[in-house]
Amino acid sequence: MANYSTNEFRSGLKVMIDNDPCAMIECEFVKPGKGQAFARVKLRNLLTGRTVERTYKSGESLPGADVMDTDLQYLYNDGEFWYFMHPETFEQVAADASAVGDNGKWLKEQDSCVVTLWNDRPIDVVPPNFVELRIVETDPGVRGDTASGGGKPATLETGAVVRVPLFVENDEVIKVDTRNGEYVGRVKG
Amino acid sequence: MGRLRCFFAKKGVLEVETPLLSAAGTTDPQIHSFETCYEGPGAAQGRPLYLATSPEFAMKRLLAAGSGPIFQVCKAFRQGEAGRLHNPEFTLLEWYRPGFDHFQLMDEVEALVTELADGRLPAVRAERTTYAELFWRHLGLEPHTASAEVLARCAADFPVLAGISGLDRDGWLDLLMSHIIQPRLGQGCLAFVYHYPASQAALARISQSSADIPAVAERFELFYQGVELANGFHELTDAGEQRARFERDLLQRRAQNLPLIPIDEHLLTALDEGMPPCAGVALGLDRLLLVVNGLSQLSDVIAFPFVRA
Repeated sequence: MANYSTNEFRSGLKVMIDNDPCAMIECEFVKPGKGQAFARVKLRNLLTGRTVERTYKSGESLPGADVMDTDLQYLYNDGEFWYFMHPETFEQVAADASAVGDNGKWLKEQDSCVVTLWNDRPIDVVPPNFVELRIVETDPGVRGDTASGGGKPATLETGAVVRVPLFVENDEVIKVDTRNGEYVGRVKG
Repeated sequence: MGRLRCFFAKKGVLEVETPLLSAAGTTDPQIHSFETCYEGPGAAQGRPLYLATSPEFAMKRLLAAGSGPIFQVCKAFRQGEAGRLHNPEFTLLEWYRPGFDHFQLMDEVEALVTELADGRLPAVRAERTTYAELFWRHLGLEPHTASAEVLARCAADFPVLAGISGLDRDGWLDLLMSHIIQPRLGQGCLAFVYHYPASQAALARISQSSADIPAVAERFELFYQGVELANGFHELTDAGEQRARFERDLLQRRAQNLPLIPIDEHLLTALDEGMPPCAGVALGLDRLLLVVNGLSQLSDVIAFPFVRA
């Protein structure tokens, strides 16, 4: 992998810090009028999700991280790994719980996800922003109630639980925003 | 700009204009010049020229020629400086006051900035603190005598600075000053910092040290909301000392493989002929506009920042 000097620093750049791949979030050029120039960066550790701040002398460089975002199709989960397939090469990768994290509950077979690979190993899985999932369990609907607030919990086919309006019925397919876990609307079958 | 010219007119300070292109440039190893080349009548082989990083040298030649107090508003150019608070070309206000020392000039800087801000600064007197007091207060160490190792250990206590290495004494001082102390300066009022380490004198006089007082540079800077706005000197007028500093800069440049900028012999001749004792200061007008309007990045006050220039 290439090395990146402070002049190449920009947000989005993937570099290695203490042997972990990190993504730059912010980069600031700091220099007293008469004095040494520095690059101050904020980074997100792609393995732990934690944010760190670091400072480098101008002209120093960091090794790049072989990190790539790829669109892969979700296949199935065998209880330990989540399997994904490249839609053209049919190459498969298996992501473990630390990579999938909380997002497992949004994964539906055949949906296309962004899988972040570091040295070809999956380290992060981002589901589509919106997914359509069937309700497998919720309290009976209240007909005609389209407005009253509150709502009720509904369990979806993937195991995720979201709050839905009272009129939504069992077995209906709903659209959910995976970024905040909120109900968006019913999908007409 | 109207208020600025009026301020200086009332005080009898003359507006001047000096070249932005010069055959010599700053030798300061931390300031990088844009280099260009003139080709044409009088220079068949081409003549290298440097874009001014500040109008200081030319204005000092005017002072030595007997100009009296002078000011200038001009563009300054610095290679390799771009970011939230840096643009490779920016607008400087620079002025010189024969007969003033740095304390009198700080008074005038405060008066001018207050005038230009037109009520958008808190109505309190500026704070004045020495460089050494700041290091004591914020870091508990003596900056004029602490070794590079002591400064490095101090920096290592801050997670954001951990992992940085290979700086010299001034590099560590700059690191601690710009990352730890500076963000806390000028919160709620203008803040002057004065008496910098003698090793960071640039073109300022160095006061004589005595038994218990280390030598310091008669240099000051102005900060507001953590942003550096101005840098001033009680000016060095000794041509011999100035030449020695330029030569030391060039040795450092050679060691760091930086371009060897020609020494400004015109300036040295002028100093040799006699420049009146004076104090001078450069103030970044773009940054001043930024902080008095509560904005956070230079691109908010420059119509076409360099990425779109």
